[in-house]
Amino acid sequence: MATLEAPLVATPAPRSRRRPDWVVLSTGTVIALLVLMAVFAPLLAPDNPDYANILATNQGPSAAHLLGTDSFGRDLLSRLIYGVRLSLLGPALIILIATLVGTVLAILSAWYGGWFDRVVSRAADILFAFPGLIFAMLAVAMFGPGLVAPVVALSISYTPYLMRVIRAEALRQRNLPYVAACYVGGLSVRTICTRHILRNVMPLLVVQAALSFGYALVDLAAVSYLGLGVQPPTPEWGVMVSTGQSAILAGHPQESLLAGLMIVITVVAFNLLGDRLASRQKGTVRP
Amino acid sequence: MNVLEINHLAVELPVEGALRRVLHDVTLSIGPGEAVGLVGESGAGKSMASRAVIRLLPAGAAVHGDIRYSGDSVLAMDRAALRHFRTHDVAMVFQDPRAHINPVRTIGDFLLEALLERGERRDDARAAVIAVLAAVGVSEPERRLRQFPHELSGGLLQRVMIAAALAVSPTLLLADEPTTALDVTTQSDVMVILDARRRERGLAMLFVTHDLELAAAVCDRIAVLYAGFLVEDAPAGDLHRNLRHPYTAGLLASRPDPVAPRPRLAAIPGRPLSAFEVGAGCAFAPRCAFAVERCHLERPELRVLDAGRVACHRAEELAGQLALSPTPGGSE
Repeated sequence: MATLEAPLVATPAPRSRRRPDWVVLSTGTVIALLVLMAVFAPLLAPDNPDYANILATNQGPSAAHLLGTDSFGRDLLSRLIYGVRLSLLGPALIILIATLVGTVLAILSAWYGGWFDRVVSRAADILFAFPGLIFAMLAVAMFGPGLVAPVVALSISYTPYLMRVIRAEALRQRNLPYVAACYVGGLSVRTICTRHILRNVMPLLVVQAALSFGYALVDLAAVSYLGLGVQPPTPEWGVMVSTGQSAILAGHPQESLLAGLMIVITVVAFNLLGDRLASRQKGTVRP
Repeated sequence: MNVLEINHLAVELPVEGALRRVLHDVTLSIGPGEAVGLVGESGAGKSMASRAVIRLLPAGAAVHGDIRYSGDSVLAMDRAALRHFRTHDVAMVFQDPRAHINPVRTIGDFLLEALLERGERRDDARAAVIAVLAAVGVSEPERRLRQFPHELSGGLLQRVMIAAALAVSPTLLLADEPTTALDVTTQSDVMVILDARRRERGLAMLFVTHDLELAAAVCDRIAVLYAGFLVEDAPAGDLHRNLRHPYTAGLLASRPDPVAPRPRLAAIPGRPLSAFEVGAGCAFAPRCAFAVERCHLERPELRVLDAGRVACHRAEELAGQLALSPTPGGSE
C-alpha cells in the first residue's frame, strides 16, 4: 500500500469509463417523455380532450384525429396525452407518501429496535393481510370516489412494502462499524440516521420506489376502472379503459386498447428501470 | 490526576440468553501524556477493555467496576455528559479504516462532521482539518477532502482516521489495533505519526495491539491481558529485562529471533483460554510450566512488584528463573 500511494495520480471518475446502459437510457427516456407530456399537455394535445362531437364517434385514425375518436367523438390522442397527468400524479403521490413514511419508520425502528420496532413490524404485518385494492375500496366506500381517498388508502398499503425492505438494509447499516465510529465520535442520533444511514439506504430506496411505482399505477388504474377513482369524463387511463369497454363489442376497441397500452408501456418502463437499478446496485461500493 | 483510571473492570456480554464474562479483572491507569500498551492474544479482552472506556459495548452488556476519566465516572455519565466526553475528551482510532468510515461520503464530510457537530464555524473547522491532515503526512489535503474513501489507499485512509481523531483535540486517544490492517511499511509510518502527535500534544494513549514489540517500542508502559485478566503491568523498557510473569516470559520467548533463528518456533503449550472458561485459580495455570497446587486453587491478586504490577503467586520466587527461552519441555 505504501508503495502504491507514492505516485498520487488522480483516479479518473469511474462513471466516465462506464459503457452506456441501454436499459436505463431507454426506460429513462420513456419516463422523461411521459413527464414532458404531462407537463406540456395543453401544447402537445391537438384538440380539447373534453370536446365531444356526436357526428364523429368511434372513428378510426384520420388526419383530423391521429388516433381516432371515442364513443363521444372526443379526440383520443388528446385524451391520452391529458390522461398522463392524473395517471402519473396518483402513483407519484402514493410512492412519495409511502416512501417518506416507510423510510422514517424503517430507520427509526432499525435504530431504536425494542418495542418500537416490534410495534411497527407487527403493524406492517397486519397491513400485509389486506390487499391494497380492498383497502382502496374501503376508503372509497367511506370517503367517496375521487383521487384523494384511493391515493391515501394505497399509500398506507404500500408503506409496509417499502418499510420492510428499507428496515432490513438500515438494520444492516446500523450494525456496520462506521456507525459505531460515528457514535463514538459523539454524533447525534439524528445526524447518524439522516447523514449516514439514510445516505447508504438511498440506492435501495430509489430502486424500491421505481419498482413500486409500476404496481401503484396498475392498482390506481384498477380503482379507476372499477369506477371508484376519478370519474368520467376526466381523461385518465383507467377510466378510459372502462369507458371504452362498451365500444369494444361494437368493433371499436381503440379507446380501451390505447389506454391499456399506455398503462403497459409506463409500467414496463418503471419495472425495467427498477430491476436494472437493483441489479446494478449490487456492484456499487459497499463497506 | 490520572487521565484514565480503570478499577476492577469486568464485562459480561449476553450470549444465547446468558451473560458470559469476557473481561474479569482489569485495573489500569494512564497519566497525562502517557502511552500504555494493552497487549494480549485474540480474545483476551483487549478491544473489549478499550471499548468499555468509551462505552461502546453491545446492547445488553453488563459492566462492573469503575472507569474514571479525570476523576469523573464514565459509567455514571448521562447522555449529555457522555456526548461531551466523546466529542471533546476522547477519540478512537479503529483497526480497519475502510470499515469504520462511511463509504458514500467524502473525506471532507467525514473529517468536518465532528467539528461542525460541536458548533464550530465551517471555515475554521476546514482550516483545522487541513492542518491536521498535513500534520499526519497526507499530501494535498485540500484535494483529499473532496475524495471518497475508495479513492484512498489503506495507509492513507488510516492517516485520515488518525487525523479525524486528532482534529477534535482529545486528551485521551484510544487506538484499537490501528496498524493491524496495514502492511508492515505503512504500519511503521502510522506508528511514527501517532507517536509524534502524542508527544507534541501530550496525549494520553491506550494502545491496543497483539504486537508486543510494537507496543514496547512506542509505549511507556505495557499491560498484558490474559483471558480477561490483567496479569502484568510494567514499564516498557523493563518488560524484557525483568521477567516477572510466566505468561509474559512465554510470549516473549515465542517470538521469532532474527539474529539466531531456531529451527522451530517456540510456543506456549496448550491453547489460549477464553475468559468464560477460567476456573477458580490463576487463568494461566493450566499452561504454566511453573504452576503449583496453589495456582490452580487460588486466584492471584494484582500486586505491586518493583516498578510494575504482577498477578502471580510465585513472582518473587521465579525472579531470575524465567528466561527468554521456551518453557521447559513445553514445545512439542
